[in-house]
Amino acid sequence: MPETPTPPPRAPIASDGGGFALDTADRQAMRRERDHYEQPQAACIEALKIVQRRHGWVPDGAIPAIAEALGIGVAEVEGVATFYSLIFRRPVGRHVILVCDSSSCFLCGVEALRAALEARLAIGLGETTVDGRFTLLPVCCLGACDGAPALMIDDDTYGPVSPDDLASLLEAYP
Amino acid sequence: MATIHVDGIAYRVDGDDNLLAACLSLGLDLPYFCWHPALGSVGACRQCAVKQYRDADDDRGSLVMACMTPAADGTRLSIDDAEARAFRRGVIEWLMLNHPHDCPVCEEGGHCHLQDMTVMTGHARRRYRFTKRTHRNQDLGPFLGHEMNRCITCYRCVRFYRDHAGGEDLGAFGAGDNIYFGRHRDGPLESPFAGNLSEVCPTGVFTDRPPGDHYTRKWDLQFAPSICHQCAVGCNISPGERYGELRRVENRYHGEINRFFLCDRGRYGYGYVNRDDRPRLPEWRESPGAAAVTLEVDAALDRAGDRLRSARRVIGIGSPRASLESNHRLRELVGGEHFSLGVTAAEQACLATMERLQREGGLATPSLREVEAHDAVLVLGEAPLASAARLGLALRQAVLGRREALAAERGIPAWNAEAVKTLAQDRRHPLFIAYPAATGLDGLAEASWRLAPDDIARLGAAVAQALDPAAPEVASLDPALAAAARRIAAALLAAERPLVVSGDALGSTAVLEAAGNVARALARRARPGGLSLIRAEANSTGVAMLGGRPLEWALGEIEAGRADALVVLENDLHARLPGERLERALEALATLVVLDHQRTAVWSRAGLGLPAASFAEGDGTLVSLEGRAQRFFQVFEPGVLRPESRIRESWRWLHALQGTVQRRRVGETRLDDETRHCARQHPALSAIVEAADHADHRVQGLRQAREPHRYSGRTALRAHLAVSEPRPPQDPDSPFAFSMEGYAGAGRPQQENAFAWAPGWNSPQAWNKFTDEVGGHLRAGDPGRRLLGPVPGDYAYARAVPEGFVRRDAEWQLVVLPRLFGGEETSRRAPMIAARAAAPTLQLGGDEAARLGLAEGDRLTLLTPAGRLTLPLSCSAGLAPGLVGVPAGLVPGLATGQWGRLEPAGERRRP
Repeated sequence: MPETPTPPPRAPIASDGGGFALDTADRQAMRRERDHYEQPQAACIEALKIVQRRHGWVPDGAIPAIAEALGIGVAEVEGVATFYSLIFRRPVGRHVILVCDSSSCFLCGVEALRAALEARLAIGLGETTVDGRFTLLPVCCLGACDGAPALMIDDDTYGPVSPDDLASLLEAYP
Repeated sequence: MATIHVDGIAYRVDGDDNLLAACLSLGLDLPYFCWHPALGSVGACRQCAVKQYRDADDDRGSLVMACMTPAADGTRLSIDDAEARAFRRGVIEWLMLNHPHDCPVCEEGGHCHLQDMTVMTGHARRRYRFTKRTHRNQDLGPFLGHEMNRCITCYRCVRFYRDHAGGEDLGAFGAGDNIYFGRHRDGPLESPFAGNLSEVCPTGVFTDRPPGDHYTRKWDLQFAPSICHQCAVGCNISPGERYGELRRVENRYHGEINRFFLCDRGRYGYGYVNRDDRPRLPEWRESPGAAAVTLEVDAALDRAGDRLRSARRVIGIGSPRASLESNHRLRELVGGEHFSLGVTAAEQACLATMERLQREGGLATPSLREVEAHDAVLVLGEAPLASAARLGLALRQAVLGRREALAAERGIPAWNAEAVKTLAQDRRHPLFIAYPAATGLDGLAEASWRLAPDDIARLGAAVAQALDPAAPEVASLDPALAAAARRIAAALLAAERPLVVSGDALGSTAVLEAAGNVARALARRARPGGLSLIRAEANSTGVAMLGGRPLEWALGEIEAGRADALVVLENDLHARLPGERLERALEALATLVVLDHQRTAVWSRAGLGLPAASFAEGDGTLVSLEGRAQRFFQVFEPGVLRPESRIRESWRWLHALQGTVQRRRVGETRLDDETRHCARQHPALSAIVEAADHADHRVQGLRQAREPHRYSGRTALRAHLAVSEPRPPQDPDSPFAFSMEGYAGAGRPQQENAFAWAPGWNSPQAWNKFTDEVGGHLRAGDPGRRLLGPVPGDYAYARAVPEGFVRRDAEWQLVVLPRLFGGEETSRRAPMIAARAAAPTLQLGGDEAARLGLAEGDRLTLLTPAGRLTLPLSCSAGLAPGLVGVPAGLVPGLATGQWGRLEPAGERRRP
């Protein structure tokens, strides 16, 4: 059984990222990741995920801190942190919903599912509900074509999902 | 060699090339963006698509990217194929989707590779009618402007900046249609080679910021082939002038030296030429302190003649930043036994040692291209990125050369840049650095040692001894240093071409002799290596070959009353000599004549000041650290827009003055006369006559044009002075005309090219039309003549090895640290360099500061017999214990090796 790390409690920070300080335990975790690789650059994604696990997203202030922890250039970290769409650079809700929009899901009716989600949450793609509970994002593939249309909430994948399933599905994510 | 067939014609090409490089080397036009001769191929932009055929029977073929396809023997391709042309036109069209329609106001317009390629592919109508993506631009410091909307995402900028030049603060951010090239946040680009982005970027994302304020199209600039005066490397440049001001310095391709890249001091250090406060008329001061009155040329010469004739003895002080011709003419005026080179005795001793080592060291001095082919490097007592930056960039390529070596073992061609880089990861050729402080190359080094100058000399001597037991022993050597020496020696011996780099940054002949011993030991072990010796200034090497006495001697003669008149040539004496002693000597003089293009402190003391030409207004010859004599040519005639100006080359002033003093009618002199005269008097310099074309050189019966064929507004340039256009200035000194009339281009290969232009090629990429192969040599041969090289003989090792450095309790040994920005006499006066220069600090090692209870930023006073200096403390240079680092160019008289005390000045900062 692969060990699933328990996510550390989220530490919210200001929406402009102000006042970010790298958690000591996180810094140590980054150093441990770094030691797994020949090049410190290779640990960059893990380091970003560590910050995102704690805060929900990666504020600007985290970039120099990660660069310092790994001993690489700030621009290099920023390059990785802006490349991946699942490294969030703006605050997100408590739960992130990823709706697949690739071809299998498209063929199986993801448009209706997305419309239902948007109506239910009263937000569009890329937005967060006013209560800060959900952020809705498109994703190009979840690798769950057998369950199309599929979506993912935090670390859980669901599919096929019909618009009628949404009420009970979302209830599990307070 | 391989035979390839392009559109049915067979060509012989280098089979190790890719098809794009092979086609461009043949002179064929094939558009490209992401490929660059110095950066190799990545196949990203898809612009160089050609049709490749399997064999003579294949009439369908398939599209391939020329830059990623080997030029294998028998390759059949078509550039002209309709499908290939349509593909290339399509690529340009989508590259242009987001590109703004701002060519008329873009600084790149007129020398833009994107413009050239768009015209070449025939994409002339935009069909995209939708919103373009836009970006916020950044402030990247005083050198470069940033306009990201123009970006076509070729990735050349980061490939140059990060991979080639080792910069870390420029990155590629985002993905897909939302890519951004910039810094993490606004701020000056940190790499000393950032300015090359203005030429590497194929469009107007990175452009020179200065002309952005009042930019001039390339076609409206007047150029001349010139040599950078900001250090001793001798990079070839094309300065461009408009309205009597230098507006731009562009790289001028030289196949053995700078090739495609300059450092930022060279590119942006020209601002002193444009200073308003420059002397432009002769100035006469009746008595010291009196207000200066301006004189006409004849009056100035007559008065100077009278004064010098009536003097008991005239001493001349030359300059390592002035041409050989000017120094030689001064030497002729005063006589060899009354001539000083204009450098301190310590520096002169170093210059003499270096000249001797270049003859007797056993290893030849490599050109920068050759530097890149070495596979192990030892740097003793120099910080090349600070004192000869372009050499530092070449050393980086040498160390990274391991990449290509590893790739070759696996059959990966050197041009396949990403594959080569991925394969090598961090594996490099060995580089060892011994220097008192951190250097910009430390990150590449296998090992670096922070040592006092004497210990660097001991380490070097120990390396020589480890290489050859006949070399002198180093008594009571620290075991750690002995181990280091064995490690270095083993790496140098294991290499095929080891390189030893040293110089006079530390003013230590002991360090130089140690470097010489290493070179000699390598030569005795029959290693075909190199020895590269860094001098501080543009003509330090040349002036040392001319011969003369040190500055202190000149002061002594004046102090002793043995001389009452002094002629100073382009030399800011107050930057070289302690102020008090210099002032006393100047006061003792009856006559002081100063020639300079800058209003220096000694100019303000002169009885007569003669306005000299800078490199932009005059011609002359310099000798680079490689020992290569190179000619620089006048860019513009200052009198055109400032008719009152009486600026002349120093050699011209001095020639006229010599005639006046001797009451001889001497007539006009010309550059070629002066060069020949100098060469005749100094056998070691005899080859300088061949360093460049002479004034009577003609191409198809024509002079060469300084102005591009599209130069506009010539008849109106002076309309605010007079509406009739006078005859353009005549040039008796060079084969170039102050005109667009004359020969320009690559059709008839020339060594000296004022600017790069070829039909269809307006950007600096046009240099590919001037070279025998892309990235190769100029087709007419690379200009300049080598004056120095190994002379066969049996030369002994230097036997003297200094005692080890012993730190003192209450005193620190000074180390004067060269600075790329702000540490050099003329570029320091350029506003852009002043804006880029870091605030000066006193440097101590971190432990040292902690021991003294000092924190970064505390103000500290350094007290030495030669003067005092109060600056904030910094530990950033990581100095060796017992040493204090002083920035170069601040207090004259402070020299490496002196001792000083430290005192806190004012309040200490509390953490």
